Amino acid sequence: MKNYDTLLKDLAPRKFGKRGTIWTICLIVIIIAGIIAYIDQVIKGQVVTNMRDYALWGIYISNFVFFVATSFVGSIFVAVLRLTNNEWRTPLVRIAEVITLACIVMAGMTIMIDMGRPDRLLNLFIHARLQSPITWDVIIIPTSIALSFLLLYFPLIPDLAILKNYYKDKKPKLSKWYGKLSLNWKGTKVQKVIQAKSIKIIAIMVIPVGIILQTIDAWLFSTTFRIGWDSTNMGAYFVSGAFVAGVGALIVVVYVIRRVRKLENYITDYHFNKLGKFLGLACLTYFYFNINEYLIPIFNAPVEEDIHLSALISGEYAMLFWFSQMVGLILPMIFVLFKSGRKPLSMFIIGLMVVVGSWWKRYVIVTPTLLHPFLPIEGVPESWHHYFPSMHEWLITIATLAMALLIITIMVRFIPMIPVQKTAEELELLETNKKTES
Amino acid sequence: MEEQDNNAKNSRRNFLKKGIALGGLSATAIAIASFQKDDIEETGEKVKLLSPEGELVEIDKAYVKPAKNLSLPIDSKKIREGIPNRKFVMVIDLAKCKNALKCVSVCNKHHFVTGDNAWLKVHKMQESKDTAPYWMPRTCMHCDQPACVTVCPVDATFKRRDGLVLIDNERCIGCRFCMAACPYSTRVFNWSEPNQGEITMNMDGTEHTSTPEFAGKPSLKGTVDKCDFCPHAIDKGELPHCVTACPNGVFYFGDKYEDTVTNGEESVRLSKLLEDKAGYRLMEELGTQPSVYYLPPTDRLVDFKDGLKNYTEFQSVEKPEQS
Repeated sequence: MKNYDTLLKDLAPRKFGKRGTIWTICLIVIIIAGIIAYIDQVIKGQVVTNMRDYALWGIYISNFVFFVATSFVGSIFVAVLRLTNNEWRTPLVRIAEVITLACIVMAGMTIMIDMGRPDRLLNLFIHARLQSPITWDVIIIPTSIALSFLLLYFPLIPDLAILKNYYKDKKPKLSKWYGKLSLNWKGTKVQKVIQAKSIKIIAIMVIPVGIILQTIDAWLFSTTFRIGWDSTNMGAYFVSGAFVAGVGALIVVVYVIRRVRKLENYITDYHFNKLGKFLGLACLTYFYFNINEYLIPIFNAPVEEDIHLSALISGEYAMLFWFSQMVGLILPMIFVLFKSGRKPLSMFIIGLMVVVGSWWKRYVIVTPTLLHPFLPIEGVPESWHHYFPSMHEWLITIATLAMALLIITIMVRFIPMIPVQKTAEELELLETNKKTES
Repeated sequence: MEEQDNNAKNSRRNFLKKGIALGGLSATAIAIASFQKDDIEETGEKVKLLSPEGELVEIDKAYVKPAKNLSLPIDSKKIREGIPNRKFVMVIDLAKCKNALKCVSVCNKHHFVTGDNAWLKVHKMQESKDTAPYWMPRTCMHCDQPACVTVCPVDATFKRRDGLVLIDNERCIGCRFCMAACPYSTRVFNWSEPNQGEITMNMDGTEHTSTPEFAGKPSLKGTVDKCDFCPHAIDKGELPHCVTACPNGVFYFGDKYEDTVTNGEESVRLSKLLEDKAGYRLMEELGTQPSVYYLPPTDRLVDFKDGLKNYTEFQSVEKPEQS
């Protein structure tokens, strides 16, 4: 049995080493490059992108959809496993909550990057019209941000109190901050009851809000007349896709944090095995909706839809389409069937495949449809018939991804990635109570 | 300024109310004044006019006077309301179109379109290998169930009671959802600062302010533009630029409530025209209820191939010569 002090020493956040510092600096440099590119875009207009009148949305939107999808891990992993009493989740939930918060915050930011007139952002509130799916997004994204924050913060409070004591002598300043943020947590019975109740309410709320968020995201597309978007399958298709992207991202981040913080004793093969099975379930669900989305329409697609589907399956977008289907869905689904596929390192590789595949999958959902309008594309320069992101778009998009990683990195630096108090309780180290009460 | 606006609108109203004059008279706002014979001496010169009932009437020129202060004043601020009791429609006769592209160039000129984003396009259409090819001008459909208006989050694009779908470029946030929603690919975006030169300035050096009633003057960076059915021309009692510029009389413009449309040369009953020539609307099955009707390309007077010499797949605007 482990001693409480070792536990705390293992799990308490600590200063970055050399690798951590280099990583953080790299992220900041990428973000600065992105900010410069964005300022240039604001000055010159979106002419710096490769979007034009036909390809009117590009990677800003597909990247936004990716962030929204990845943020679903908070609902599907944290809340669902909590409500179904799956105990194996304990060392992983904090990481999932952090990913959720980082992604949903970045989703809110990326959608603004796509605006032609960011200076008129307030019009969304002043002149809001409830019938527009964008207004639904304006309502649901801040709701999700608030809820994701609470989902992270409430279970964190006891840990903050523990950290306050832990750093009391070593770093009094930091300790003071933890003290403030712990909201005077003493671990009394009353406090515990309130906390448990609150977490339960948040966990229950997170599920419908998460599903609504994903579905509204799908409705942004399915409320138009466009071929490939105009589908009743879209809502469920997006929810299941988010299930895959979220769990994939979770696996990658869990593996990296486990490695750099040397948490092998806490996050074991057992957890990766479970995560692998969970990913398998996600992939199967998504696979089912992909069949509905791409395979079944082949039988009765009208001419225009047929052109669209052929471009995906064997035409201009075949490379990206099959890459995202194989690497992001089918291969991972097969790999996790095998026991050796669910070992930590192979899970990490599978997770990476899923994340990269999911990102490109959103690109494949957004772009080809716009280049298959009902009336022929005519009277515009040849380059407007195709779309591939410009340097500005890449710089800005990569910067948003870096920003999400930076948010996660900062949280790794300052909060324990594995819930200390809960782990201690589960290890039956009852000193926890004594220490926090004293 | 406001008074001027009112005057302009009043004369427009009168013109439209009394019907669309035939021949070259369409440029001047005309109304049949009072019929007090005492004051007026007949000249003996007759003028043909179209009555509100759609009948051709002939009256003495002496009774024809420019309209002043007739009928209801319109609040110039109610641009979003439109003209009451009007429903503007267009009919495009595909049998007459031979891709002369005069409509496109005049539209570009009057809306100061300088990029590759022409609002009006002439599509080369052919449904399948064995069916006949034809030229199809495409304006904004000014739908009665506009998909673009439904999805706009800030009410920047709106539907007026006279049928026009316009854009408030001072409010548009540039999300381009309307462009994604439009099944006719009508809308264009100002990706950069529009290079419109001097038109953005008034004579006295002050800047024009953008108005939905004269879209494109000036266009604003980061906002959406599209065919506006030329409310600024209607204001002056004129037909939209594409209608007057077309050498083949392809475009008819008019009022559905009056059941009359004209291409500048002939005025016809809308219902009869649609019935006789089996008029249809684009993508009727989507339920967008367009205000633009098409007449099928049957009994063509022109050869499809004649249009090919003007066909430029990758260009919509004549580029100003680089000096």
